[in-house]
Amino acid sequence: MISVSELSFERYFERVFEPVSFTVAPGSLLLITGINGCGKTTLLRVLAGLLEPSEGSFHCRQNPLYAGHHPAIKDDLSVTENIRFMMKFMGSKANGDEDAFCRSIIDEVGLTAVAQQEGRTLSAGQRKRCSLARLLFCEESLWLLDEPYSNLDRQGIDMLDGIMRRHLDNGGACVLTTHGSLRPNGFELDECELQSGRQHDNWETT
Amino acid sequence: MSKPNAYSAFVALVRRDLLLAYRRRAELLQPLFFLLVVITLFPLGVGPSLSLLAKIAPGVIWIAALLATVLSLDGLFRSDFEDGTLEQMVLSGQSLALIALGRTVTHWLVAGLPIVLLSPLLAMWMNLPDSGMPVLIKSLALGTPVLSLIGAIGGALTVSLKRGGQLMSLLVFPLYVPLLILATNAVSSAVAGLPYNGQLGLMFAGLIAALTLAPFATAAALKLSLT
Repeated sequence: MISVSELSFERYFERVFEPVSFTVAPGSLLLITGINGCGKTTLLRVLAGLLEPSEGSFHCRQNPLYAGHHPAIKDDLSVTENIRFMMKFMGSKANGDEDAFCRSIIDEVGLTAVAQQEGRTLSAGQRKRCSLARLLFCEESLWLLDEPYSNLDRQGIDMLDGIMRRHLDNGGACVLTTHGSLRPNGFELDECELQSGRQHDNWETT
Repeated sequence: MSKPNAYSAFVALVRRDLLLAYRRRAELLQPLFFLLVVITLFPLGVGPSLSLLAKIAPGVIWIAALLATVLSLDGLFRSDFEDGTLEQMVLSGQSLALIALGRTVTHWLVAGLPIVLLSPLLAMWMNLPDSGMPVLIKSLALGTPVLSLIGAIGGALTVSLKRGGQLMSLLVFPLYVPLLILATNAVSSAVAGLPYNGQLGLMFAGLIAALTLAPFATAAALKLSLT
């Protein structure tokens, strides 16, 4: 799916994270861990193609899906309108009845009760669920998820684990970051600990 | 089962933006009221002499239109940038120039077109002679899309700055100068009974050039702002 060799990113002539290498095969899950500020988000943004790597290289078979900290939800549109727009703009797996497909997605992420409410009225967890709805209609086989568990409640975490399980069983792959406390439950996973490129950060932790 | 084609993505974007504009209609009315208020202040400031007002009318209306457009440009990409939608649009694989064009088209529909429609009223307030009225409308119809297209480049360049609005006006106003000269000159010529087709023709050429080139410049600026 994706192979990364000696990849690093510099900001203001200083490495954000130490060079990393890994390969993610279809059906596998890679967990990137590290302390706050060690460059997990930056690494994912490089892999998504939003930033150019300063050293090393990576090779992706196709464009990945990136779900970052920004939920990409418009405050003035309802949950349904938000999801419909993303389906139309980014492409969806819907065959035929898009309305019914959209409703089933909203149902699956547990937002049926607020489907007609505007984005501004959603709680942080509901926003996260709304942005994770993308995982259900996208066609990308590699997912880059940045702290996907943040703000989710217990049911939300189980829901996300279920979605990822299905994706992996269908031959997809996931790269996800976490700062430690919440981890995917019951997955066979590879782990990669990211080292901050700033030396003083590493002294503090050792 | 595949990536949506460019046309349907474009239509989806314009429809979303029009819906968003409708939901935030109070915000859209502000630049128009600004325009009306500025035009109303002029007779109070320079005196109610009808001949003087008629003489300065083309310039005043056009400068007020420039200011009103720039007021509404700051938000062109900002909200999409801040909530992460822009990032997702870039990653969606759709052409960035197409996204830029879509946003610009909506901006003109909600901010430029109302100015064109209001212009007869403004012309009346400024005592612009009847012979100048059709040319003023034509010049605004040709010119306001260019204001949106060029302004989008400035909006895209300053989108990642917290208070980019003022910097953006400094960037785009110099680019508006040729347009302002041509437009006011066309209207003044029409009032004086002179030919004005040359100026309008040049404005049309400017519109075609901006329409074909500005979306690519905006796309490049957006890419720069995102990294």
